Amino acid sequence: MRFLINKIVLGLSILAALIGLVFLFWILIDLTIKGVGAIDWHIFSNDLVNNGLRNLLIGQFMLALTAVVIGVPIGMIAGIYLQEYSYGSKYAEFIRNLSDVMMSAPSIVIGVFVYAIVVNPVGHANGWAGSIALAIMMIPIVVRTTDDMLGLVPKELREAGIALGAPKYKVIFDIIIKAAKVGITTGILLAFARIAGETAPLLFTSGNSQFFTMNMNQEFPSLTVAIYNLATMPDENLVKIAWAGAFILTVFVLLINLLGRYVIREKK
Amino acid sequence: MKNVMEIKDFYFTYPKAPKPTLKNINLNIEENKITALIGPSGCGKSTLLRSLNRIQDLYPGNKYDGEILLKINDKMENILEYKKENKLIELRQRVGMIFQKPTPFPMSIFDNVAYGLKFAGIKSKSEIEGRVEKALQGAALWSEVKDRLKESALGMSGGQQQRLCIARAIAVEPEVLLFDEPTSALDPISTAAIEELVVELKERVSIAIVTHNMQQASRISDYTAFMYLGDLVEFGETEQIFLNPKEKQTEDYITGRFG
Repeated sequence: MRFLINKIVLGLSILAALIGLVFLFWILIDLTIKGVGAIDWHIFSNDLVNNGLRNLLIGQFMLALTAVVIGVPIGMIAGIYLQEYSYGSKYAEFIRNLSDVMMSAPSIVIGVFVYAIVVNPVGHANGWAGSIALAIMMIPIVVRTTDDMLGLVPKELREAGIALGAPKYKVIFDIIIKAAKVGITTGILLAFARIAGETAPLLFTSGNSQFFTMNMNQEFPSLTVAIYNLATMPDENLVKIAWAGAFILTVFVLLINLLGRYVIREKK
Repeated sequence: MKNVMEIKDFYFTYPKAPKPTLKNINLNIEENKITALIGPSGCGKSTLLRSLNRIQDLYPGNKYDGEILLKINDKMENILEYKKENKLIELRQRVGMIFQKPTPFPMSIFDNVAYGLKFAGIKSKSEIEGRVEKALQGAALWSEVKDRLKESALGMSGGQQQRLCIARAIAVEPEVLLFDEPTSALDPISTAAIEELVVELKERVSIAIVTHNMQQASRISDYTAFMYLGDLVEFGETEQIFLNPKEKQTEDYITGRFG
């Protein structure tokens, strides 16, 4: 009887795994076939207004990079506080839990939130709002990784620094962060990969633009929002561009993920 | 007989602990001598050692009672009265510490040894280089590492790492060095090297060492303190403690009847 149950559970597990994998590969294969077919030099050298992706790719990158510039310092400082300074404080556990909850907050809600606090007062969608929304998505991930990775550094290393007469902040910045830098870097890379492919937080915040721009005070072009818009167009040519964009985005996110994993393995 | 540190009626209580971990400790650390703290696990010898440079203050909520005096410019100062971080930093520059596991910082060998110097206010590059070389020589490590000072300290062997930590500590020229079981993570050859080094160091610094290894205490120390359950049971010259202990508990412990 136990043997039979064993077999059934094993069979169900394999089936579940297969279903997941089938859909994943279906998506990837479909995306590759339609995406690769749509890629040519034209889309890299022209903006959306001329049926190209150039402004979208650069725009997406700018939005994500600005989000990193805003989100990483805030997240890291919060993580450092939690691990290094909150000793014995009852708020620390509360902040940790809150941050974890934030990690699973629906991205569209974050988009609407930023719409209310940034877009609405300004009166129009703009690049900064998009980056802020992405940064808000990123912060909890960075908080968590920083907190965890600093926690893995043995306490003797902190004591050794203090015992040499170094002030605590110096020990943290000179020694502890260095000892944890591989883990933290990986976490930031993975957080970057996570936000680089987001659509929902940008939908209400950065809007979209057909033209090349570096001015983040205006509506700002982004690949993900463009894919969303283009995919619903009746013009088949535009749908083809959406496929190309989706393929490029997937490859990009995949590469960052692989890079993150590679960094971990190299250093271990 | 000159004392560099005097511990008087000292009580230590960990945060939220109902009873003190150390009770009524009276002990002197003599200049240029090695004082060993022995006793079974949990007897408080590490806690006592960690009170001498207030490293335990990294974790708030400890309670100190009594006095721990440190000789500074021929005057005794009570280090338990220090409140500001600046005073504690000064204290730790005078009273260095070596830990059980080697703790090399993730930086080059040179930077490891130079690390404490910048907080001691030494800025000139040539002076830093001189102090690093002197410290590495003092830790019997110079000949092994002089050609790879720029390499990461993490690539050294465990014994070398521990000597690097000693070099790092003596670079700031402390008056007292605290060793917290410095050889318990090392092989016998590295252990012998560290012991030899500790004995050499007493020319320059006063030393307190916590050890589980009684042979080690008898080999290298001048004075030995036997602690049990937070009390200082017996303190005296090492020879007397090992050959002719006054207390029954001490005798039982060093002859291996308990502990």
